[in-house]
Amino acid sequence: MPMKVGNRPFFEGVDKAIHDSFMVNAVSSAQDGLRGRKLSATIGDKALGDWEEWRSAGEEIRAHTLNNLDYYLKQLSDNFAARGGHVFFAETAEEARDYVKKVCKEKNAKHVVKAKSMVTEEISLNEALEEEGCEVLETDLAEFILQVDHDQPSHIVVPSVHKNRQQIRDAFKKLGYEGSDDPKELAGFARKTLRSKFLNADVGITGCNFAVADTGSICLVTNEGNANMVTSFPETQITVMGMERLVPTWKELDVVVSLLCRSSVGQRLTTYVTDITPKADQDAVDSPKDYHLVIVDAGRSNALGTDFQSALHCIRCAACINVCPVYRHIGGHAYGSIYPGPIGAVLSPILGGYEEYGKLPYASSLCAACSEACPVKIPLHKLLIRHREKYVEGGGHPPVMERAAMKGFSIGASSPMIFRAGTKMAPIMLKPLVHDGSIPKGPGPMKPWTHGRDLPAPSKENFRDWFKKHKQQSATIQAKGTGESL
Amino acid sequence: MRGTIENRDSFLEKIAGKLNRTVGEVPEMPIWAHKPQERVYEDYSEDQLTAMMKKACESIHTTVCETNSDGLAEKLKQLIDKYGAGKIVATKDERFEAFGLSNVLENYQAYTWNYKEGHQNIDKAAEANIGLSICDVMLAESATAGLFNDKDKARSVSLLPETSIVIVPKSSIVPRLTQAMNLIENKVENGEDVSSYINFISGPSNSADIEMRLVVGVHGPIKVAYIIVSDL
Repeated sequence: MPMKVGNRPFFEGVDKAIHDSFMVNAVSSAQDGLRGRKLSATIGDKALGDWEEWRSAGEEIRAHTLNNLDYYLKQLSDNFAARGGHVFFAETAEEARDYVKKVCKEKNAKHVVKAKSMVTEEISLNEALEEEGCEVLETDLAEFILQVDHDQPSHIVVPSVHKNRQQIRDAFKKLGYEGSDDPKELAGFARKTLRSKFLNADVGITGCNFAVADTGSICLVTNEGNANMVTSFPETQITVMGMERLVPTWKELDVVVSLLCRSSVGQRLTTYVTDITPKADQDAVDSPKDYHLVIVDAGRSNALGTDFQSALHCIRCAACINVCPVYRHIGGHAYGSIYPGPIGAVLSPILGGYEEYGKLPYASSLCAACSEACPVKIPLHKLLIRHREKYVEGGGHPPVMERAAMKGFSIGASSPMIFRAGTKMAPIMLKPLVHDGSIPKGPGPMKPWTHGRDLPAPSKENFRDWFKKHKQQSATIQAKGTGESL
Repeated sequence: MRGTIENRDSFLEKIAGKLNRTVGEVPEMPIWAHKPQERVYEDYSEDQLTAMMKKACESIHTTVCETNSDGLAEKLKQLIDKYGAGKIVATKDERFEAFGLSNVLENYQAYTWNYKEGHQNIDKAAEANIGLSICDVMLAESATAGLFNDKDKARSVSLLPETSIVIVPKSSIVPRLTQAMNLIENKVENGEDVSSYINFISGPSNSADIEMRLVVGVHGPIKVAYIIVSDL
């Protein structure tokens, strides 16, 4: 699955989403649940001390690591290779895919099991491997459901949040499931179905929550146990990581893992926090013999050294998504990117460009709830504004109409005469549309506004005339007043 | 044997260029201004930590009991019976003998992991009802068993059987992840090797992916129990 979700233009996607009442209800109750859990595990957990200080700790660790990224990536790759692992640096998604394909081919791999990973979705890894004749199986429960049902993720932590249990039962029927829609029974079916797949797979592929530079280790933060299966039984392990996902040492790992578990799902720690350090020559029977680490840029370096660098501090907890009023109403698919919500609206244009994702920064009320929720203090709403500025400045080829309108406005506003004429003309031009003092149905650019509410009719009197009159009136009153007091 | 590194130079040059750096320039490791993690539960006594850990077990659906080294064998027997005994697999860990558990393992015909036997170890673990492990570091805050897995202390034992029983020496209890990470980092600084698989496990596997309803027991164990040994 590529980074792009669906083919619908953004506003059409929104239209479809807001009328999907099951989805909207499911998303808002998931948001409420996750947000509540996060609050009780963060500011609500007095034993932690000051949560703001934790956020500052996260921010300074991420900022330092990103400011010295080349050093830490060099250290990470040296340490991973010193222990027998192979490292491949991929500048593009294509290079990353090709490397993984090459490894699978060399191993003559037919069965691949995967633990949940956003970056492998981003680079469309599954499709690439399937083309090579590999069976690629998603093993995270949500991703498994989506794969069986040929659906796409709508949240970065709970990708199947938009589906209900009946839909999931129906999807599982394709695999011969005959049980009820009880979540426990459905999960039990996944356990049974996947167990032998884990034990017999040739290659295991995972993402990477954090890598530790000073030992060349990979940390996975999970709950279901599938990532442990994927990293234990296949002979070959391939880890794909976004190039920014690392910390200098285990001491910093402590802070970011704590922030991630508490901010994403409100757990003190997730059920499994698993740290894998290659040891290619050991005789363990439940360990890979061959380790590969693919470090992916795929557009991330566009943010380095720019106003957007802090977007790379993200630890993918989705806390911003869980507080976003826009995501609440449109869900994840409408964004058209596998990274939805506020962080998606910041990250997608960086990775995929304004042409494709330039509209996303407008999917925000700029209420700043996202910035406040972020455990590493990314100023998300400010970055959204910066994107809008760049988009309108031409960075993203804004739509023809918008450019024409802006141009028209700049001509009009630069000449006092035209400006005056324009403000006088407006009430006359719009008169045919006015009903009872407002415009209920506007054409062209007014349409999206009047779709949801009425536009007040322009006042017959413009501000300049009103001000002139007002000034004269108050001068008269003042003169009168002064006279009376004498 | 050293592994390969491909495509690194141009990749890092691009990054360093954007950051106005020379590739590999050693940064000064900052003295972090914020270290809230070090103050959490810093003045808790061993007993307070144990009490906290027991409480944390409730929220991770994990059974916990406490005994001393004299009562350990009996307690383990009780638990094994409670979970339906059947086939049992244990890690290869000298501490089982040191803790006086050899007889229990023998009586239940437990299979002890032996990497020289190859793949049949995995088969044994996959068909076992109960897996027995000993904790290396216990995080009180989240009731998390830290297991430093290797070819002997195999990860499969706490992963494949339906029930995982973990013996927790009370002396292994620390406040939180911070102390465990410091322990690992100190090893690194002393030039010791880190375990190839460090597993921090907090209770049975679970998922809330279906309508946000918690299901306990997905791919890993469905039941987890801890035995704290107060004088070890």
